[in-house]
Amino acid sequence: MRDVSIIGIGQTPVAEHWGKSLKDLAAEAIQEAIKDAQVERVDALYVGNMCSGTLNGQEHLGALISDWVGLRGVEAVKIEAACGSGAAALRLGYVAVAGELADFVVVAGVEKMTDRPGQQVTAALAMAADADFEAQNGLSFVALNALLMRRYMHEYGVPHGDFAPFTINAHKNAIGNPYALFPHAVTAQDFCVARMVADPVNLLDSSPVCDGAAAVVLCPTSLARSLGARPVRIRASSSSTDTIALHDRRDLLGLEAAALSAAKAYRQAKVTPQDIDLFELHDAFTIVSVLSLEACGFAERGRGVRLGTEGDIAIGGQIPITTMGGLKARGHPVGATGIYQVIEVALQLREQAGANQVRDAHLGMAQNIGGSGATVVTTILEAVE
Amino acid sequence: MEIARHWRLQRHRYGLVGEVCNHCGVKIFPARDVCPECNAPAKTPFTFSGKGEVYSYSTVHHPPEGFEPFAPYVVALVRLAEGPLVAAQLTDVEGETIEIGMPVEMVTRRLRDDGNKGTIVYGYKFRPVVVGRASVEAKDASVRL
Repeated sequence: MRDVSIIGIGQTPVAEHWGKSLKDLAAEAIQEAIKDAQVERVDALYVGNMCSGTLNGQEHLGALISDWVGLRGVEAVKIEAACGSGAAALRLGYVAVAGELADFVVVAGVEKMTDRPGQQVTAALAMAADADFEAQNGLSFVALNALLMRRYMHEYGVPHGDFAPFTINAHKNAIGNPYALFPHAVTAQDFCVARMVADPVNLLDSSPVCDGAAAVVLCPTSLARSLGARPVRIRASSSSTDTIALHDRRDLLGLEAAALSAAKAYRQAKVTPQDIDLFELHDAFTIVSVLSLEACGFAERGRGVRLGTEGDIAIGGQIPITTMGGLKARGHPVGATGIYQVIEVALQLREQAGANQVRDAHLGMAQNIGGSGATVVTTILEAVE
Repeated sequence: MEIARHWRLQRHRYGLVGEVCNHCGVKIFPARDVCPECNAPAKTPFTFSGKGEVYSYSTVHHPPEGFEPFAPYVVALVRLAEGPLVAAQLTDVEGETIEIGMPVEMVTRRLRDDGNKGTIVYGYKFRPVVVGRASVEAKDASVRL
């Protein structure tokens, strides 16, 4: 088992890229990552993506993209775990390098969502849920998260407005991120009057889906140093699942897969939540931010909201989250998000986060969630001096 | 037009038929043949009463494709009297105040159409239990389809 590092990163802005196809976006991110890594050889390519079949009429992305970026012949495959596809692909890239089966691996996440109208996108995203017992009953993906939010508000007596700090914080941080979809501030007032999507979830509780691609290059840490790059070491990589359907969960608000995945990661890295300097969590909806913080040990059950209201989630706070805008304001091109999160942690650890720099960032955690908590991949990264 | 798929689910959708685990007694919906509690094989059919209460709910304003004609509609997690949670729409709730804990009962309603010439898909929804209204056994209601 080898130690693995990230030695190159590349990302496109998250935007409505009318002029760029899925292939174009993937190529842009991958070529930037390979250039950043300064590698001359790639042994494998893993592509994270959720909706290429339903929204782009295209599967078989491994072969499509490997050829398109000049890696014809290289081992390549698409990996899918709903909105967790990006980090799921990273997990397998990590396994290939750690397991000594490949030296230089490119992991890319890509999603092209703007070629089809809204209802088709909503239907495609609903495939992250149970087809027969959730989607067929008319439950949209937003509705499932709304059910979680309403239950949480009921059990812990939390008013909707208490979730506003998560959105306000994400937007504030997006201003300093040139790749962000929504680099503008949002106020508590904006949050209160935002249109309902599936109550109590309103437009500003919900992350925007869009186009984007992001890529990293992995290699053994021992090789990383000799390449002269600024490696970021993968201290831990773990993945867990839970039931796909909300109604089958043992503990609806416990986000068990996140708790399990985080516990495995902490064990592998030999750290506790107190050691984590920043957390790129999966803020698909404000409720998921709160449940993630609780499941990963940053707050007790029912008290996660206070990390927002008390300012702990800010860049200068106890546990900075969404430091470059998160899913809410950087954007959520679903299959690519997991890679964007890891890149943002890497930028923080490399001290390249500009106005959003978290001071003394040594250990960062990224957590990517598929569906309503059914697949959770956690990655802990460390700066290598 | 996924006739075989909908046909496979008819006992679930029209009869609220799940399973009971003979080993630990847990009631299971939807049927999955293996007990989620004790992992024993669980293939004995069990017909739920259709009675339950609202565990959580939400009104969908932006439906996925195929559900647009019905929007806005209410979806819920319903805690069935026998134990399991089920995800379903609430029906006959126009003008009603929905509350967590309110008693509901299963009825069979139209879920969606598969286009103009496609199958009409029916399934379970839950309506508020109204005091004074004759309570209908879920099983009988579905047979009268």
